[in-house]
Amino acid sequence: MKKLLLGDFAVARGAWEAGVQVASAYPGTPSTEITEELARYDDVYSEWSPNEKVALEVGIGASIRGARAIVSMKHVGLNVACDPLFTASYTGVNGGLVIAVADDPSVFSSQNEQDTRLTAVSAQVPVLEPSDSAEARDFTKYAFDLSERYDTPVILRLTTRVAHSQSLVELGERQPAVLKTYERDIKKYVMMPANARVKHTVVEERMARLAADADGMEINRIEEGSRDLGIICSGGVYQYVKEALPEASVLKLGMVWPLPMGLIRKFAAGVKRCIVAEELAPHIETQVRAAGIAVEGKSVFPRCGEFTARLIRECVLGAAPAQAPADVPARPPVLCAGCPHRGIFYVLTKLKLNVLGDIGCYTLGAVPPLGSMDAVVCMGASIGMAIGFDKADPEAHKHSVAVIGDSTFIHSGITGLVDAVYNKARVTVIILDNRTTGMTGHQNHPATGKTIKNEPTYELDLAEMCRAAGVRSVRTVDPYDLAAAEAAVKAALAEEEVSVVIAKRPCVLLAKKLYTGFRVNDKCKKCKACLKLGCPAIVNGKNGIEIDVSLCTECGLCKGVCKFGAIEGEVK
Amino acid sequence: MAAKENLDILIVGVGGQGTLLASRVLGRYALERGYDVKLSEVHGMAQRGGSVMTYVRMGSRVASPVIDEGGADLILAFEKLEALRYRHYLKEGGHILYSTQEIMPMPVVTGAAAYPQGIEKELPGTGVDALALALEAGNAKAANSVMLGALCKKLGADRAAFEAALLACIPQKTVEMNKKAFDLGYAAV
Repeated sequence: MKKLLLGDFAVARGAWEAGVQVASAYPGTPSTEITEELARYDDVYSEWSPNEKVALEVGIGASIRGARAIVSMKHVGLNVACDPLFTASYTGVNGGLVIAVADDPSVFSSQNEQDTRLTAVSAQVPVLEPSDSAEARDFTKYAFDLSERYDTPVILRLTTRVAHSQSLVELGERQPAVLKTYERDIKKYVMMPANARVKHTVVEERMARLAADADGMEINRIEEGSRDLGIICSGGVYQYVKEALPEASVLKLGMVWPLPMGLIRKFAAGVKRCIVAEELAPHIETQVRAAGIAVEGKSVFPRCGEFTARLIRECVLGAAPAQAPADVPARPPVLCAGCPHRGIFYVLTKLKLNVLGDIGCYTLGAVPPLGSMDAVVCMGASIGMAIGFDKADPEAHKHSVAVIGDSTFIHSGITGLVDAVYNKARVTVIILDNRTTGMTGHQNHPATGKTIKNEPTYELDLAEMCRAAGVRSVRTVDPYDLAAAEAAVKAALAEEEVSVVIAKRPCVLLAKKLYTGFRVNDKCKKCKACLKLGCPAIVNGKNGIEIDVSLCTECGLCKGVCKFGAIEGEVK
Repeated sequence: MAAKENLDILIVGVGGQGTLLASRVLGRYALERGYDVKLSEVHGMAQRGGSVMTYVRMGSRVASPVIDEGGADLILAFEKLEALRYRHYLKEGGHILYSTQEIMPMPVVTGAAAYPQGIEKELPGTGVDALALALEAGNAKAANSVMLGALCKKLGADRAAFEAALLACIPQKTVEMNKKAFDLGYAAV
């Protein structure tokens, strides 16, 4: 049976068909749906781990014990998981271990545009790259076989366009899940220096064997066309090449590390002009040139952003560029109408504070008119950066705060808080507790008290967690209550020690309610105080201030800032 | 859409308006009619009130899931300014089916930019007052079903199959409202 599947769902399907027993992940666009989908299968254990490092360690443990395991994350998540990854490359596996990593060319929903293939080269781990949903399923199954055959973790690299496109997939049956026997093997699994030295040579031999075998792998194939032009490509780029250059010869690489150098040499020798078409880093190009094979690559194609068929035509054939887009106002993403983060950012803007930010919806607090954000780097960085502000500038603690979401705090903010207390930093940490992992589409986490399958579990108490770290000053406020939020932030800033403010209010999208919306009456003086909230539902239109009822969620923040009673509606 | 010629539809709007639902309905419809089909979506940050686009490509064989500039047979726009923003994706002779709803982007709200006037004159296609029809059907959220009704008519698609695809993609409790919205959209063009 053929089904229209999201690339991520196809990976989940492939893993299930391959008899996967354990799936772990931390949510991250565009990889989240892999594990969400696996959670629907009753015969697979799945979990949201607190971060990618733990997720991979769960996968490694399951693999050593003899189960097939899949661990999923976005490209920057792999940075967090690099510590276990680099040594799991040494230990190898028992049950197959596949790590699905989704890169984000064009940075649709990330903080950078890094290329997972380069990490895999450093870690000495093979990489497969599917080009659509059908291959996402097939390659996932193949990755498990490869993992067990070569005793290595295997990275399945996706990009946003493969992960978040839907195409047709032929569904198969699940092969029996086998828990392999486990025997203690200290030389294989205990990476102390004497064993690691030996294992490093094993890894080098393994990669050489994989490289030699790559020429014969079916997933690396030549599609013969014109001898004038040959394109080496993989993943989503293959689809663009087929559309843009239907006449060209194509070498489609299913495995992009290690590379099938014999096949590449043969292909390049058979065409007059040979070009590597790859998004982001010149990974294939660099390796191929190092092998002494003449190819073009980044002299033809850009290093930044995702490709399209049109871009390939322009770069290779010199096709005319597209018609310029109309010159219209930009529409950047903004905090949703009714977003509980808005109350806190309104206060931070009003108090003109320095804000060390973090990764989540609240990064949008940087967008005008709120515009309250000084730095955003990576998951959990807000607290460490706030400590740095305090240690660099004796006055900083009076006018700076760290803001971090509940899920991000658990991911990697806790260690920062422990550091703050331990090293006597005077920082104010605001935990924006919206009771979910918001940006990635509402996943549970340890403080929601629900597992990935919505089963009840222990609900981590964030306030108690902070107290256990040694924080004496912990306040909890409702961010819809602007006066209380402002008072709490001011009080926290006045303290000469670590203080935490927990702004607690569920994400407005969780309610899934239908609203009628608020109205503006004739008491409105057009003072525009409400516009400072940066709420997308409040419009300064032709007829003055209006509320867009298609967006309004009746949160009442605008009522709270209006001094004239000009906004009508009931806060439910 | 009688023969299996390729049909490329670009769906644009403001994050939260339901462009993903529209692409899923089209995908389901295409699959049931026996076409090869690819959809491409953007999730995550862009969905938070930003400008969003979704591609739907169907036909005998589809390679890239992405529609290039100048490649769309039809643009389905849930908001007028977004229709104008992506107009250059339209093929020569293509059609833009757009909601006349205006949603102010933040630079307009803050006064850094003005909402362009006279957009309709710049758009080769048909405008639908989807918001008014959605409110008539029961709630502003049904605007995407209004647009899908209008799209069904414009494409000359099989109405029953198209409506069935829509109803399969929405929560059971909103079926009545969305059905009404679909009918109002169908009658509006």
